[in-house]
Amino acid sequence: MSSDAKRLSLILLFSPFALWITLLIMLPHIGIVALSLREKVAPRVYEFGFGNYIDFINEPIYWNTLLRTGSMSLLVTVLALIIGFPIAYYIAKVAGKRSRGALFLMCLIPLWVSDLIRAFGWILLLRETGVISSVLIWSGMTEQGIEFLYNDVAVVVGLVYTVILFMIVPLVSTLDGMGDDMIEAGYNLGGGNLTVLRRIIIPYAMPGIVAGCIVVFMLTAGSYLTPILLGGKNSSWFTEQIYDQFITRFNWESGAAFGFLLLAFTSFVVWLGLRLSGQSLANTVAKT
Amino acid sequence: MARANTSKALLFGYKAYMVAFFVFLAGPLVAAGSFAFNDSLFPALPWQGFTLDWFFNDTEPKLGMFHDRRLLRGLYYSFVIALMVSVLSVGVGTTNAFLFVRREFPYKNFFYILMIVPLVIPGVILGISILVLASNIANAADDRLGIELEFLRPGIFLVVLGQFSFITTITSLVITARLRKFDMSLEEAALNLGAGRARVLRTVTLPFLRPAMIASGIVAFLVSFENFNTTLFLVGSESPLTITMYDRMAKVGSTPVLNAVSFFLMVGSGLLALISVAVQRPQPSE
Repeated sequence: MSSDAKRLSLILLFSPFALWITLLIMLPHIGIVALSLREKVAPRVYEFGFGNYIDFINEPIYWNTLLRTGSMSLLVTVLALIIGFPIAYYIAKVAGKRSRGALFLMCLIPLWVSDLIRAFGWILLLRETGVISSVLIWSGMTEQGIEFLYNDVAVVVGLVYTVILFMIVPLVSTLDGMGDDMIEAGYNLGGGNLTVLRRIIIPYAMPGIVAGCIVVFMLTAGSYLTPILLGGKNSSWFTEQIYDQFITRFNWESGAAFGFLLLAFTSFVVWLGLRLSGQSLANTVAKT
Repeated sequence: MARANTSKALLFGYKAYMVAFFVFLAGPLVAAGSFAFNDSLFPALPWQGFTLDWFFNDTEPKLGMFHDRRLLRGLYYSFVIALMVSVLSVGVGTTNAFLFVRREFPYKNFFYILMIVPLVIPGVILGISILVLASNIANAADDRLGIELEFLRPGIFLVVLGQFSFITTITSLVITARLRKFDMSLEEAALNLGAGRARVLRTVTLPFLRPAMIASGIVAFLVSFENFNTTLFLVGSESPLTITMYDRMAKVGSTPVLNAVSFFLMVGSGLLALISVAVQRPQPSE
C-alpha cells in the first residue's frame, strides 16, 4: 500500500472509534461536570459556582449516603473475593478436565439472567410470605412469618449474588494459567497449605484478583435495582439519590454534581486499589 | 500432585462448599422460574397445582404473558433495541479490533485504555451524562434555530446510544482477542496468489473473525436486553421489557405473570448463551 492509502485507511478505522469515545463518553462527561458547576440563582437564570457541591457537603444525608454506598460496596467486594476464590480455585485446579468446563458454564448461566429477575427471585425467597419463611412455619420452627427483606443483610446478600460471577471468571482465567508444578514446588520446599496459598497462589493470581475486585466494586457502587428492591425505601444507595435529583425533583444541576461525585469517588477507590496492588488497568480488566 | 497433600476430609468439605455455592446460585432463579407454573394468584407457597395459565390464559385475573399487551410491547421494544445495539457494536468492535491489532499510531496505549473505560463507568452515570448532552443539543436547536430534534429526547434512539456506549467495549475486546490469534501468513499467501486486499479481507480474514463476531453479537444482544440502569434514564414512552417489569413490580405488586416472563427470558438467554459458547469452540480444522 502507498503511504497515502495507508493513512486514509488508518483514518477510516480510527473515525468510528473517535466518534464513539468523543460523542458518547467524553463530551457527555464534560457536559456533566459543566452542568454540576451551574448554580440556579433565579428561575431560568444560572451562574458559575460550586453551590451544588457545597450543598452536598452541608447536607449530612447526602455524604453519609455516599460513604455508606462506598463502605457497603467494599464489604461486598471482600465477601465476593472470599466466597469466590475457593470456587475459582476448585474449577481451575482441583476439578477434573471434564467437569471443569461444566462447572464453569454453570457459574456463567446466572450471568445471563437480568438483575431484575435475580432480585425478583430473592424477593420471592426472603419476604414475609416467601419461601424461606413458609418453610420455617411449616417445619414448626416459628409461629409467624419472618420478614427477611428490607434490611442491610438482604442487600449485601443480593449484591454478592449479583456480582460474584464477575469475580470468579477473571480468577479462573488467571489460575488456569498457573502450572501445577509451581504449587508442587512450594510443597516440596516444605510449605504448608497456608504458606503455599499465601506465598505462591495469591501472588500469582493477583492480576485476576485486582481485575475481579475493580469490576465488582464498580458494579456494586453503581447498582440501582438490587439495593432498592431488596433494601426497600430506606436502603439509601447513592444511585437512588441521583435518580431522585434527576427524575423526581428535576434538579439536574445537583444530580449532575452527585453523578460526578460518584464517578470521582469510585475512580479514586479503583486507582488506590491499583496503586496498592501494583497493577495497571491494561493488564487486569482488559484481559478478562 | 498438589491434590495428594489435601486430606480426604478437607476435600469432602471443599466439595460440600461447592455444592452449597451452586444451591445459592440456583435458589433465586428456581424460585423466579418455578412459580410461573403455580396455579395461584400470588407467587408464593403453598403449591396449588401445575398450570400454564400464566403463559397462555387470555382472561383476567390470570392474564397470561402472551396475552398481556404491555408486556408484549415491552418484549418487542427490547428486541428492536437489542438488535440495533448488537449490529452497531459488532460493527464498531470489528473496526476497533483492526485499529488496535493491525495499526501503529501515536498514543496507542492511551487510546486502548480509553476503549476499556466505558466498561467501568457506572451505568447510571452513562445514562445521565448522555441524557444531559442530548437534551442540551436539543434545547439549543430549539431555542436558537427553532428546530425540534425529536430523536434527541428520551426514547429508543437514546436508549440504543446509551447501551451502545459501553457494550462496544465488550465486543471490541472479544473481537480484538480473536484477531490477535490470526496467522498473518494466511493473508500473505492469499496476496501472493494474486488476490486483492478487499478480497483477502472478505474471503480469509473476516471468515476467521466470524465466530468472535457472532459470539460477541449474542453477548451484546443479551446485555442490551437485560440492561436497566442506563436505560432507566433514557427511556421515553416506548418502555423495553425490563422497565415494564420493574414498573409492574413496584406499582402493581408481583403476580405470577412476572414469573412467566422470567422463565421465558431465562430459557431464551440460556439458549443464546449456549449458542455463543458453541460458535466460539475451536473447530477441528483450526
